[in-house]
Amino acid sequence: MDRNGASVRLALGAAVALPGAFLGLFFAYPLGSILARGLTGDGSVELRPGVLWFSVWQAGASTALTLALGLPLAWVVARFDFPGRALVRALVVVPFVLPTVVVATAFLTLLPEGQQRGILPILAAHVFFNVAIVVRIVGGYWARIHPRLWEAAATLGAGPASRLRTVTLPVLAPALAAAAALVFLFSFTSFGVVLILGGPTRSTLETEIYYQAARMFDLRAAAVLSLVQLGCVGAIVGVAGRLDRCVAGARMVAPESDVLVRAQGRQRVVVAGILGAAAVGLGAPLAALVERSLSAPGGYGLTFYRALGEETPALLVVPWRAALNSLAFAAVATGMALVVGGIVAAAVARSRATWLDQFAMLPLGASAVMLGYGFVIAFDDPPLDLRSSPLLVPVAQALVAVPFVVRILTSALRSIDERLRDAAAVLGASRARVIREIDLPLVLRSFGLAAGFAFAISLGDFGATVFVARSDWPTVPVAIFRFLGRPGAENAGEAAALSVVLMTMTMAAMLAADRLGGGRRGL
Amino acid sequence: MLRVDNVSVAFDGCQALAGTRIEVAEGETLAVLGPSGSGKTTLLRVIAGLTRPDCGRVLLDGRDVTAVPAHARGIGLMFQDGVLFPHRDVAGNVEFGLRIAGVPREQRRRRVAEVLELVGLRGFEQRPVATLSGGEQQRVALSRALAPAPRALLLDEPLGSLDGPLRARLLDDLAEVFEAIGLTAVHVTHDVGEAFALGHRVAVMLEGRVVQCAPPDELWTRPRDEWTARFLGMTNVCELDGRRVVVRPEAVRLRRGDDVTVLSVERRGAVVHVRVRGDDGDEFEAVTTELDHPRAGGRVTIDIDPAGVVELEERPSPG
Repeated sequence: MDRNGASVRLALGAAVALPGAFLGLFFAYPLGSILARGLTGDGSVELRPGVLWFSVWQAGASTALTLALGLPLAWVVARFDFPGRALVRALVVVPFVLPTVVVATAFLTLLPEGQQRGILPILAAHVFFNVAIVVRIVGGYWARIHPRLWEAAATLGAGPASRLRTVTLPVLAPALAAAAALVFLFSFTSFGVVLILGGPTRSTLETEIYYQAARMFDLRAAAVLSLVQLGCVGAIVGVAGRLDRCVAGARMVAPESDVLVRAQGRQRVVVAGILGAAAVGLGAPLAALVERSLSAPGGYGLTFYRALGEETPALLVVPWRAALNSLAFAAVATGMALVVGGIVAAAVARSRATWLDQFAMLPLGASAVMLGYGFVIAFDDPPLDLRSSPLLVPVAQALVAVPFVVRILTSALRSIDERLRDAAAVLGASRARVIREIDLPLVLRSFGLAAGFAFAISLGDFGATVFVARSDWPTVPVAIFRFLGRPGAENAGEAAALSVVLMTMTMAAMLAADRLGGGRRGL
Repeated sequence: MLRVDNVSVAFDGCQALAGTRIEVAEGETLAVLGPSGSGKTTLLRVIAGLTRPDCGRVLLDGRDVTAVPAHARGIGLMFQDGVLFPHRDVAGNVEFGLRIAGVPREQRRRRVAEVLELVGLRGFEQRPVATLSGGEQQRVALSRALAPAPRALLLDEPLGSLDGPLRARLLDDLAEVFEAIGLTAVHVTHDVGEAFALGHRVAVMLEGRVVQCAPPDELWTRPRDEWTARFLGMTNVCELDGRRVVVRPEAVRLRRGDDVTVLSVERRGAVVHVRVRGDDGDEFEAVTTELDHPRAGGRVTIDIDPAGVVELEERPSPG
C-alpha cells in the first residue's frame, strides 16, 4: 500500500512540476524582471499626472453603470419563463468573449463623427462587455433564491417595495458585491478599449504602461507604473476572491421550475421592454460593425473583405495571413492553457489552501499588458533571447487564459460530491480509476467550456500580443489596430471587415466548445 | 464474520468513535441505532474502508483488513439519498462494480437485469437517473451495491430521505431482499421502528460507543439504562424502593376507578397512548388497544404488571 502511495505522490509531484516550471519561467520571471527594473536604477521618473485617478474613476463609473443597466436583465432572466430564455442567457455572454479590439471598432463605427473618442465611449464599451458578468453572477444567484422567502415576507406584511429592501437586496448583496468587484477589475485593467476609444489624452495605468514602454521607450517608467498597477490589482483580486467565496457558500437552492413564473399583465410589458432594450443595446454596436464592413464606396458589397487578400501599406503581410496566424497561435495557446490550468485546477480543488486560489487568479490581475511588457524586458538578452521567437505569442496568450481555465475547472471539480468518489471506491475503483470514471466524465463539459474560453481569449488577446508579436507575424487584433491607426475610409473598412472575421471565429469557437462539452450529457 | 474491535476515530479533536465494538454473524442483519452525531455513519465508513481508524481493528472472516483500502475490501455501501452517478443511466450505475471487476459485458447485462428484478425495477436499465423518483433512486442504489455480490452490505440511513407509505414499502422490500439472499448487513438508522423491523439484533449507539446490543424483543424488554429506555420511547422512568426503574407502557393497565387523572390521549396507529398523573404528581404512560379508552380529563385507576418493571443500570458517565 505504501509503495502505491509513494508512486501516487511521485506522479503528483511530476504533474505539479510542469505547470510550476511553466508559470515560473513565463510568469514569475518576467514579473521579477519588472520588479527589478522598477525598484532599482536611479533618476526620478516623470509620470503624467492624473493617470491613477482616471483609472480608478472610470472603473468605478463603469461598474456603477454596468450594475444599473445589468440588474433589470438579471431580474428578467432569473425569475421569468419566456420563450427563448436559454438563448437570451447564451447571447448575453457573447459580448464578454468578444475581443476588445472588435468591440472598440464597433463603437467607433456606431458613434457619430466627433464623439467617437472620450470617456463616454469607454464607459459604453465597458458596460457592453460586462453586462454578462452581472446577468450571470447576480442572475444565477437570484434564480436560486427560493420564492418562499418572498412569500414568507409577504405573509408577514411586507409589500413589494419593502420586500425589495428587506429581503431581495440583503440576500443578493454577496452576489452584487462579487459581480461589482469583477466588473471593476476588468474595467480597471481594460486596455484595448481605452487605447482605441480614449483618444490621445485619456490614459489609464494600463495604456500608460504601453505608451511609456512602446512609444517613449522609457522602460523604467513602465516598470514603476507596472508596480503601481500590480498593487492596485492585488488589492482588487483579494477583495474579489473573498466576495466570490461568500457567493459560493450560500445555499438556498430551489429548482428552477419553482422559481420561474410566466409574466402576467403589466409585467409582460416590463419584461418585453427590458428584453427589447437589451437587444438594442447589445446588438446595435455589432450590427453597425457588420454594416460598416459591407458598405463599400459604391454601395453594399464585399469590397473590404476582398481587400483582405491584397497587400496593404498597413501591414507587412496580406491581412488574411493574420487570420491564419491567429488561429494557429490560439490553438497552441489553448493546448498550453488547458494542460497547465487543468493541473493547477486539480491541485487547487484538492487542497483547502485558499492562497492557492488567489495565486491562480493573479495572472488575471497582472494584466495582459504587464505580461507582454515583462516578456519584452525578460527575454531580451541571452541566454533567454526569445524576442524573435514566434512561440512567445501563444505562451503569452496561454498565460492570459490560464486563470479562466483554472476557475472554470476548479469550480467544476469542487462541485463533484465527494461521496460519488466514495461510492466508486466502495465498488472497487482504485484512485486512478475513480479519476477516470468519476472526475473526468463529470468535468468534461466544463473542459469544453474552458477550451472555448481559452481559445476565444487567445484569439482576442491584444494587450500581451501587441508587445510580443513580430511585425511579419501579426495576429488579427494587432492587424485591426494597425488599420485603425491609419487614416481613410479604406483602412476603416478593412478594420471593420477584419473585426467581423475575428468576431465570427470567436463565436464559432465558443459554439463548438459548447457542443463538444454538452453533447454527451444529453442535457 | 465481520468484527469491529475497539475502534476509535477523532475528527478535529471531536471523538466520533470511542472504542466501538460490534460483531455481525454470517447472514445476520445488525441494525445500528442512535441519534444523529452518535458516530453511526463514521462506523460504517470505517468498516467500508473510507475512514482510517486512529486505533482498533476491522476483521472480515477473521482477517485483519484495517489497512486494506475501500476498493479492495469487497464490502458494499448504500449511501443516504443514493449518491447515484449522474452521468450514467440506471444500468451504468448498477453495473459499475462489475465493470471495475472486469466482468464480461453479457454477464454484466444478465446480472444487472437480475438485481433490478430483485428490487422491483425490471426494465429500468436505460432510464437516466435524474428521471427517477426518490424511492426508485434508493432501489437503484441498493441494486448497485448488491450487483457485485459484496461480502457484506452496509446501509447508511437508506430510508432517511423518504417518507410515508413509500418508506414503509421500501422497508418491507429491504427485509425481503435481505432474507432472500441471506445477506450479511449492517443497517444504520435513527428510527427505532426501522431498526426493530430490519435488525436481527440492534446495537444502540451513543457518543461513539455501543451502549447495548441485543435482539429487538430483548432490547425492548430489558433496556439497560435510562438513556436507552428513553431513546426507545419509554417515558415511565421512576424510583422504586430506592432503585431506578422503567415501567414499560404496555405493563401499565387502565381500569375504571378514581386514582389518577388522564392528561392526554393520543392515537398512534393501532395503539392508543394514554398519559396519566397521580395525585402524588407521578406521571405514567400507558398503551391500550381498546376502542373504549378513557378521555382526557377523566379519572381512572392504574395497575402495574411487575413483569414490566425493568431495573436500570447507572450509565457510566461518558468520557
